[in-house]
Amino acid sequence: MTVMARTFVCLSLCAGMAGCHHSAATAPAAHASQLPAITDADVKFMQGMIGHHTQAIAMVALLKTRTERNDMKLLGQRIEVSQTDEIRMMKTWLASRGQTVPADADYTMMMAMPDMAMPGMLTQKQMDELAAAKGADFDRLFLEDMIQHHEGALTMVRGLMSTAGAGQDSSVFQFASDVEADQSAEINRMRALRATMGKTVTPFPMSTPSRVNR
Amino acid sequence: MTTTRWFGVTTGLVAFAAVIGAQGQTTAQQQAPPRQSVAPTPPRPADDPRVGLKAGLEDAGVAARNIELVAHVSKPDNFQDPTGGFNFMNSDFAFQGPHVFQGNFNGFNFYNVEDPRKPQLRASMVCPGGQGDLSVYKNLLFMSVEEIRGRVDCGSQGVSGVSSPERFRGVRIFDITNLDKPKQIAAVQTCRGSHTHTLVVDPKDKDNIYIYGSGTAGVRQPTELEGCVGSPTDANTSLFSIDVIQVPLKAPETAKVVNRPRIFADAETGAPNGLWKGGSHGGDTQTTSITNQCHDITTYPALGLAAGACSGNGILLDISDPVHPKRLDAVTDNAFAYWHSATFNNDGTKVLFSDEWGGGTAPRCRSTDLLNWGADAIFDIVDKKLVFGGYYKMPAPQTEFENCVAHNGSIVPVPGRDIMVQAWYQGGLSMFDFTDSKHPVEIAFFDRGPIYPDKLAIGGYWSTYYYNGYIYGSEIMRGLDIFRLLPSDQLSQNEIDAAALVKWSELNVQEQTPTTWPASFIVARAYVDQLVRSHAMTADRADALRTAMDRAEKSTGAARATAVGQLQQMATQLATDAGKAAGWDARRMKALADVITARTAQLK
Repeated sequence: MTVMARTFVCLSLCAGMAGCHHSAATAPAAHASQLPAITDADVKFMQGMIGHHTQAIAMVALLKTRTERNDMKLLGQRIEVSQTDEIRMMKTWLASRGQTVPADADYTMMMAMPDMAMPGMLTQKQMDELAAAKGADFDRLFLEDMIQHHEGALTMVRGLMSTAGAGQDSSVFQFASDVEADQSAEINRMRALRATMGKTVTPFPMSTPSRVNR
Repeated sequence: MTTTRWFGVTTGLVAFAAVIGAQGQTTAQQQAPPRQSVAPTPPRPADDPRVGLKAGLEDAGVAARNIELVAHVSKPDNFQDPTGGFNFMNSDFAFQGPHVFQGNFNGFNFYNVEDPRKPQLRASMVCPGGQGDLSVYKNLLFMSVEEIRGRVDCGSQGVSGVSSPERFRGVRIFDITNLDKPKQIAAVQTCRGSHTHTLVVDPKDKDNIYIYGSGTAGVRQPTELEGCVGSPTDANTSLFSIDVIQVPLKAPETAKVVNRPRIFADAETGAPNGLWKGGSHGGDTQTTSITNQCHDITTYPALGLAAGACSGNGILLDISDPVHPKRLDAVTDNAFAYWHSATFNNDGTKVLFSDEWGGGTAPRCRSTDLLNWGADAIFDIVDKKLVFGGYYKMPAPQTEFENCVAHNGSIVPVPGRDIMVQAWYQGGLSMFDFTDSKHPVEIAFFDRGPIYPDKLAIGGYWSTYYYNGYIYGSEIMRGLDIFRLLPSDQLSQNEIDAAALVKWSELNVQEQTPTTWPASFIVARAYVDQLVRSHAMTADRADALRTAMDRAEKSTGAARATAVGQLQQMATQLATDAGKAAGWDARRMKALADVITARTAQLK
């Protein structure tokens, strides 16, 4: 996989606390060279997250025909809307940087070959079990699976952020920050919802939602 | 002319009282409002000129009403983005004298707008790190940095280490004594960086100014910045707080974080996470983010108040001791996804909160999107509590290729009314009246088509702010736009002219200061127009007033003395009638009486 080569011409211009200043007349036009390099970790994060998100949408597709609960449908709707937007953003990001954009169906390959799968992704067996479940059993299983799935996304973000030189591109940073905020919040919500369905799973670390506390 | 003649039509007063009665409900609704997540059928006219605009970066179709674009400048070359990402996005404004400072994720640009029709780029500064939120105070310029590419030395090469002394996330301070050569004199590091920041110039503290820094991104490693704690359950967590930075004016280079107040703490247990825990509100409601951060805080130091737009809540703070802000109230709303920004009206009797549903990168103004999701919620401040009034959302449906949701706006200082001009990303700008908190009404708009006809690229207005007679728009992709207002039946030329009498020497929109208007008949005429528009004054009376004001200013000698005498009688009568009336019309009558009294005293 090739990584877009970028040079660091600004280094000499930007030494010292005075910052890198250009008057209007002398400002250079070499914008691309002002950006930090995109790393292999950034590209793999975006490519992997497309497959990861696509599986979440496939899980939501199952939910639509299997749950009878309105709150579950709304949860699914939210996941579908936000992750569809994010997939579009990731594809644009990759394409505009000349990187390979994974196909939508690629996530099924990840399921078939667990070594290729991103953290938290369901195996083919788990996906089959989810598809076979019905009613309240489905709801419980969906939440457990989606919590696992989301926790995997958090693992991916932590992996990215703890890779030296990664996350330097503004879009990658913003996106990874959003995934961390959104999905950790959604995990909390799913745990709270799961706790209302009996057979408690992982304990919820924070108190349950309440309306307004003055 | 006598008072009797002037107010001869007594039936007018009766009709006027009826109008007041229908509108005058400012109190008595203290209970939680029934905030429905499903809005009433939205008025979305299919023939709105904002629908169906041609796409294009520099040649997009345009729709405008009651506003005129007078200048447009594209971004400087080294702020253009070849990849369409976040790296070079324009962001927020600060204003000082004839200068506009436009923030960018890659630094900032200074424009000279002495002639707002011919803005001139004066200087560019490359200093990456996003979001580039700016404030200015005399010779000091403040800038927010939140991303992990930010460097202490403003370098563009990013930071290669996971924990690195080269990394900067927080608030930079520049000395701009020489505008052509801004000099970074301090860089105050914070645990979550600074997504936005707001100045607090405390009227009681002459030695320091303060900054409220809001960080929304991940917490740094303690190995990089001592004391940062990422775990939400740790008692010392860096979540659930804001940063209070003290800037000693005699030594701004020694600025530092002096407090991280627990403004979301549970009132009884003291737990830091005392407000909204995140999630839906039950039923068909919006999912609201957890309150572990403020996105932005708007201060009003003269009133000792601040309004925080804090992810899952809107909060009202007492900042009479700026280092130790105290929460007065907190609300949430089942139509809000993410409490993003706050704007007081000039009197400080209302707060308008906006909801950035979808984060600003998503299309949330499609015809299928609810009109109270991704909207503004207007609250009255009653006994230091927030009481819900109504919602406002830019009404024209946008395409799926236009990121659109409520974003930054400012007050347009028309006396006698609460008017705001607001950015809606690629939904354009929308100016509206929210004098009646329950029924905001759009007055003007400007909108371009999407950047591309077949895909979404992040663009549109980050902020649209009124400054000294013009409206400035920070276009994320397209550059800087400058507008002037045009008169309509919703906003008269006198009202536009009265707003233009307000001259700021400095404007940081999130730090509000009380606006006062000069003793001018332009202001009086604006009030007269408003009273006529709301049927609180008959056309006859309005004409009598206008004629007398004309004579008082344009004639001399005995003619002027007569006109001044008439105006003083009219002012007395207006003040009396204002006492009998209620609501905004009463206030306008009183203000009209006051401004006539003040101006005629000058003319005597």
